Amino acid sequence: MQKSLKDSGGMGGWLVTNLGRVLISLIVPVITFVVLWQGFIFLRDSQAPKLIIVLVAIIWGVGGVALLYTVSNWLVEQLPIEWTQRLQPFVFVGPGVAILFWFLALPVVRTLILSFNGPTGKGFVGFDNYKFAFTDRVMLETFQNNLLWMIFGTFFCVSLGLLIAVLADRSRFEAIYKAIIFMPMAISFVGAGVIWKFIYTYKGEGAGISEIGLLNAIVLAMGGTSQPWLSQPPWNNFLLIVIMVWLQTGFAMVIISSAIKGIPSELLEAARIDGATEIQLFFKIIIPTIQGTLLTVTTTIVIFSLKLFDIVRVMTGGNNGTNVIANEFYLQRFTYGNAGRASAIAIILLIAVVPVMIYNLRQFRESRAF
Amino acid sequence: MLSSFLVNLTLIIICLIWIIPTFGIFITSFRNSEDIFRTGWWTIFPHKGYVKVDEIKIDPSVDVNGPITVDGVTHTFEEWRAGVVMPDGRQLTWFGNKRTRLIEVNDLQWVGFDTRLTLENYKNVLTGLEIRFKDGNGNEIVRKGNDLSGAVLNSIAVAVPATIIPILIACFAAYGFAWMNFPGRKLLFTIVVALLVVPLQIALVPILQDYTKLNLNGTFLAIWLAHTGFGLPLAIYLLFNYISQLPRDILESAFIDGASHFTIFTSLILPLSVPALASFAIFQFLWVWNDYLVALVFLGDQNRVVTSALAAIVGEKGQDWHLLTSGAFISMLLPLAVFFALQRYFVRGLLAGSVKG
Repeated sequence: MQKSLKDSGGMGGWLVTNLGRVLISLIVPVITFVVLWQGFIFLRDSQAPKLIIVLVAIIWGVGGVALLYTVSNWLVEQLPIEWTQRLQPFVFVGPGVAILFWFLALPVVRTLILSFNGPTGKGFVGFDNYKFAFTDRVMLETFQNNLLWMIFGTFFCVSLGLLIAVLADRSRFEAIYKAIIFMPMAISFVGAGVIWKFIYTYKGEGAGISEIGLLNAIVLAMGGTSQPWLSQPPWNNFLLIVIMVWLQTGFAMVIISSAIKGIPSELLEAARIDGATEIQLFFKIIIPTIQGTLLTVTTTIVIFSLKLFDIVRVMTGGNNGTNVIANEFYLQRFTYGNAGRASAIAIILLIAVVPVMIYNLRQFRESRAF
Repeated sequence: MLSSFLVNLTLIIICLIWIIPTFGIFITSFRNSEDIFRTGWWTIFPHKGYVKVDEIKIDPSVDVNGPITVDGVTHTFEEWRAGVVMPDGRQLTWFGNKRTRLIEVNDLQWVGFDTRLTLENYKNVLTGLEIRFKDGNGNEIVRKGNDLSGAVLNSIAVAVPATIIPILIACFAAYGFAWMNFPGRKLLFTIVVALLVVPLQIALVPILQDYTKLNLNGTFLAIWLAHTGFGLPLAIYLLFNYISQLPRDILESAFIDGASHFTIFTSLILPLSVPALASFAIFQFLWVWNDYLVALVFLGDQNRVVTSALAAIVGEKGQDWHLLTSGAFISMLLPLAVFFALQRYFVRGLLAGSVKG
């Protein structure tokens, strides 16, 4: 079949000999489209029981994507072989690249343009939004708080992660310890927010009232007075940072631990025979060997704390001096309805991660994966 | 020997600190709302506490506005109300307001395990039933429960496709980048690497504009696409690293046998990549299930997922700990199960993906 169409020469001759094929090739995509559209309409308008809608949604979503790939690949394979070879890569790579452009690459440009426009996204205002972002009192407070998050949050995550990784390496129960420290990684920030809000909760003084929050109960037991912890700046920021440390230390620990496991045991043995103490071992061998990993973990957590949103949103809503950049972004866009200012804040977030982006690109070029 | 003991002791202390917060809400979620309101969750364990042993009626002839003498001890009403420890160790507390004329006698005794645990909170938060309880002043309060079971279903409808779709798309793309030749291949992949750390906030404003124009806001499709877009750079990057390292001869012999790219992809590459797919799948599933921001922006109040439903309870009923704790625990069940069952794959995915910000 493939050979005969080469002989007939050119697209025109091929069309004539394959009229039936062309017709089918037109009908199949139309049917596919109709089926998928019907599914969409059903999901949007149906009043069916929730369970059925959920099942249909999953089948429609996953099946639809698989169907689209199969049909478009089938279409391309109906073409003459040189066209198949030319177009098939785009069937494979195209959808992914298209979605990346729609959801990440183009928005960078579009948000940049919006950041020079007014609240509704229209009307050029020059650098006004940036002027707001860098001079407004609220914004300066968010920068200050994010700095706290980035410095203290990262420091405690990485150093605790390192401590636990090194200690657990010497224990028979390593797996259990690590699983416990790692477990909060599976918990949502909202869930973690509830967990810690309960610890910080405050009922105040009064007849017959006993504190049900763990922190205040401990303070009372030690002879202090209970406090409304989350409404007292600047300490409330640190209480929120504790939550991030609780959530993210597991991440640091796992990555650092696997790096420690990668240190050749002969190296450690040789140093021990030479009479090095465990502390010398730690500072002179372990730390220098896993430097690269420590740097990666630190950058990852710094970026994480830069974009942090959920914890602050759930715990304090950014009130009482706990506001952070990502929460101010949300407030500007969705509470005050100012798309221009929100865009400027998003661009500032992007600029803050550009150094990491450049580093990643450089690493990628050196790896010569291509 | 001593150093091993110290290592384990330190780790046990740290682990206890790590586990107590979760443990606290776990216990609390099984206590009834009145108990939660009155005493800390740790009181379910055996402890020495005041137990009511008797009541004393105050004679109507006593002037409650002046000093009141009970059993030879004299205090003002306010002091009685706050509780007075008698010389013999009993604690006397005025119950209610001045008109009740009732004093409770409490004695310090050992209290055993509290066995008054209940599943009521879970029932309430999962369905939409009304719940009644008494507050500190004895007033009855009626609150409506939250329909968290609907939110769990929505979360499943969001998380399952939002995990599988990006994997499918990324797998095709990774195969294309690894084993096919086309113009712009290197440039496009460089863009993928660059997009790894782009914060998703950058996309929210313009994408919301698009969704409004397309009338997609609040639909499952909208949030699947958004999660796919935000998860794709890491997915393509991870799967490319894996797929491009599969042995070349397997593919070549398949080509010689006349197999097309599509057949090779579906019958060879997909099965061979299962470990990498699993790593990313767990990663993405946990991320989507636990996500709050994307769901808040694109789903709004229709089709609320578990995280937004829970956050809504925090906002509306911040002191209703019986709902909050059971709700939080429900939201954690599935991710914790996935996490403990597939921890090994998850760790592998983390190690491979630590370039992402």
